[in-house]
Amino acid sequence: MTAPTTEKFAMGKSMKRKEDPRFLQGKGNYIDDINLKGQLYMALVHSPYPHANIKGIDSSAAMKVEGAVACVTSKELNAYNVGWLPTFHGLDKQMVLADGKVLYQYQEVAACYAETREAAYDMAELVEVDYEPLEVVNNPFKAMKDDVILRPDRENKTNHIYNWNVGDSSATDAALAASDHVVKQHVVFPRCHAAPLEPCGCIAEFDTMGRLQFYVTSQAPHVYRTALFLVLGIPEDKIHVISPDLGGGFGNKVPVYPGYVCAIAGALVLKRPVKWIETRTENLTSSFARDYHMDIEIGASNDGKLTALKVNTVADHGAFDAAADPSKYPAGMFGIVSGSYDFPVAYANLDAYFTNKQPGGVAYRCSFRVTEASYLIERAMDIVADELKMDPTELRRKNFIRKDQFPYKSPLNFTYDSGDYEHTMDVALERIGYKQLLKEQAEKRAKGELMGIGISTFTEVTGAGPSKHFDILGIKMFDGAEIRIHPSGAGIIRTGSKSQGQGHETTWAQIVAEELGLDPQNFLVEEGDTDTAPYGLGTYASRSTPVAGGALALAARKIREKARKIAAHVLEVDERDLEWKDYKFEVMGAPGKSITMKEIAFAAYTNPGDNEPGLEATLYYDPPNMVFPHGTYVAVVDVDRETGETKVRRFLAIDDAGTIINPMIVEGQVHGGLTEGFAIAFMQEIAYDEAGNNLATNFTDYLVPTSLESPSWETGHTVTPSPHHPIGAKSVGESPNVGSPAAFVNAVIDALSPLGVRHIDMPLTREKVWAAIRAAEGQAAD
Amino acid sequence: MNEIPVSIKINGKQVTASVESRTLLVHFIREQAELTGTHVGCDSSSCGVCTVLLDGDKPVKSCTMFAVMAHGHEITTVESLAPGGVLHPLQQAFWDQHGLQCGYCTPGMLMTSVALLKHNPNPTEHEIREGLSGNLCRCTGYNNIVKSIQQAAGVMSQAIPAAADD
Ligand code: FES
Ligand code: FES
Repeated sequence: MTAPTTEKFAMGKSMKRKEDPRFLQGKGNYIDDINLKGQLYMALVHSPYPHANIKGIDSSAAMKVEGAVACVTSKELNAYNVGWLPTFHGLDKQMVLADGKVLYQYQEVAACYAETREAAYDMAELVEVDYEPLEVVNNPFKAMKDDVILRPDRENKTNHIYNWNVGDSSATDAALAASDHVVKQHVVFPRCHAAPLEPCGCIAEFDTMGRLQFYVTSQAPHVYRTALFLVLGIPEDKIHVISPDLGGGFGNKVPVYPGYVCAIAGALVLKRPVKWIETRTENLTSSFARDYHMDIEIGASNDGKLTALKVNTVADHGAFDAAADPSKYPAGMFGIVSGSYDFPVAYANLDAYFTNKQPGGVAYRCSFRVTEASYLIERAMDIVADELKMDPTELRRKNFIRKDQFPYKSPLNFTYDSGDYEHTMDVALERIGYKQLLKEQAEKRAKGELMGIGISTFTEVTGAGPSKHFDILGIKMFDGAEIRIHPSGAGIIRTGSKSQGQGHETTWAQIVAEELGLDPQNFLVEEGDTDTAPYGLGTYASRSTPVAGGALALAARKIREKARKIAAHVLEVDERDLEWKDYKFEVMGAPGKSITMKEIAFAAYTNPGDNEPGLEATLYYDPPNMVFPHGTYVAVVDVDRETGETKVRRFLAIDDAGTIINPMIVEGQVHGGLTEGFAIAFMQEIAYDEAGNNLATNFTDYLVPTSLESPSWETGHTVTPSPHHPIGAKSVGESPNVGSPAAFVNAVIDALSPLGVRHIDMPLTREKVWAAIRAAEGQAAD
Repeated sequence: MNEIPVSIKINGKQVTASVESRTLLVHFIREQAELTGTHVGCDSSSCGVCTVLLDGDKPVKSCTMFAVMAHGHEITTVESLAPGGVLHPLQQAFWDQHGLQCGYCTPGMLMTSVALLKHNPNPTEHEIREGLSGNLCRCTGYNNIVKSIQQAAGVMSQAIPAAADD
């Protein structure tokens, strides 16, 4: 007897990507590749001042440029009632064009429309703005004094935006007071930017029927449609949002930017299509991610058992609170800060402030503030281990949430679905040769060489989310999926998600093919067009596989149930006698009597019997819970004592993302995320000087790692399926970016620890590391 | 505005147009020749998504050249690599090795790689990484791009003697 086959049909296969042939031949269709007949070009005027009153705007010289068509300021926008935009989580509104004052350097002040791109930029150069500079508030600690109120437009005359907290404050304080050890550390996660290689852009046109055709770089096209209805008052049936191929997104293409509103307003008033494509400088200065100043306290007993966790955060949100977080979660999923550890009690508190900086608080490959939280706890675990003189892996092992504790209710109110942290760590330590590395490190240390091993055993929370908790602009965070099977067994799949390089055209086909036993090569996957795709909240926060992927699997099962009826008709049996086995319907007890989905598809259109003809399904999936992917990352570095230069010798990522759809794509996601984590750890920061000048406005100052700096990545995985997800999948896109910064920093600090260095804030540039070595050696010499 | 007649042979086809002297080569390629595979990703000559070949084998960043500077020269873009839809060994290798995700950097990566392999048919990993260092990729982390170029180098070096035989 042969064992029943467990070979999967399409799931778990490294199928090559269906979208690649067009990208490889230069046939992708990105926003700037689209041109509409008669289109105008738009360029924006930006403020050179971080904080100033606007005394006047004179566009007369600009309007003399050959090809100039119009110049618009907040005055015109306000006349149409579109001068301000609501921010996604509803806690604030944002100026479209500076209204009376500017609040950050590079803020949009005027929009110029012209016949050519060059003429539009010439116009923007010539718009004269009379600024009256005001005192600059360039950090949240200055902001909290409320000496200068940045936003007099708001009801409360304070720079404080909101307080958010979770957990049990007094129990946590009591537990800390009773602990043998309390370890404290101030940790900054600097301001950075997702910087996809394709900047944002759009083309707006009102067609002859007065319908807005809006082509835009959007990770969430349906949300844009509803947001445009809310901002502009245009009925939703008169708005068509099309998000074409996206050249990366990583969170940067979630917000609705002022430029989009200006393009639409221009198209409406000038009755011509308007195209606007960001410059790189505009891209880097219009939004940001992170910028959390965090104080952590961890209590521990003498034997290394964690007793309590307390985190206090000051968040710098810039000029407008334009964070794209769900309404009820102004600090996103920061509550994941208790990480992979079984803290008996915990408390997290956060206060957010306005400053004269670019607005945002959008994600950077991160499920709403998870990166800050994971970095903090993983960094702090190493500091605790150091103080307790324990190996950092032993401290973690001792405090992991155990496999048998799931579903695990965290002290900060999440219910973790599943995980096996210890196993994943063991796999990683074994593969990297941890014991060997420790031995080598001891030898090197004896010679005065600086070698470091950094561990991060993170847990993240993704897949927002269950409608009882999660909404954006009031819209619940579900996702829709639609599948149509054609008579030949080929089909079309549509979802409300939107790939930016994640390969949905391939993985979505694999999910459906697996459920139905059809060929994944014969599924067309369509996303990004709000006229055809079912409603969905889009792709960010690692939510596509957890939410849209779940919707697809369930929609496919709905099709299977209908197919059962048609199969029963064709085979002339009762549908209860049919069993879905080995990717076909078999008559129970009559092996050999079976029908494939391909045959059923044909019958659905040619011989459906009394059943409704056709074979298609639409399904909206409201996930019952979030998913909690985890992983163990290990970095091995060598730091040059003389120059401060860090070399990442090895980096191993063992991820547990639940069920894997396509291992090749998962590995690619991990490589990309690790490289972004590497960039954050070592080179990326949007720094501001005292005067409020933004110091990272292009790729010569805001660095993206090249092939030369980027380490070679080693990857692997363990599989702990999500118990509630239809196919047991979690997510992986963000894990490497969430989990890796701590591994890098822990490794560098481990290398420097013989010198007595305890912590350095990112980015760990050569200069910073060198200065830390010098300072430590200086102290030692004293 | 003063317009100047510019004539450039792009992928074997002469493209002639009157453009402003400040028109960048990348815009000439995208707008006059209507070849949109060559992209723009920065304002500082940093990213390389605009890379094309000048006179057959010299990779240049077409955002950092004026169209007039290419007058009378030959330009090769990504659109020329798969005549009749048959993928170039490098395109095939990028597909096989998952050397692309969003695809935005891919045309520039491919053109740089074509030139790299022309000058050095059997590069080491370090030579590949050095050769690519003017082309940023935000998605792949470069591992698979390196593998792609290694695969193509293998295929192409085998293909040459075979071709010489017949
Ligand atoms: S567009 Fe970035 S280098 Fe040419
Ligand atoms: S594949 Fe997206 S930038 Fe390289």
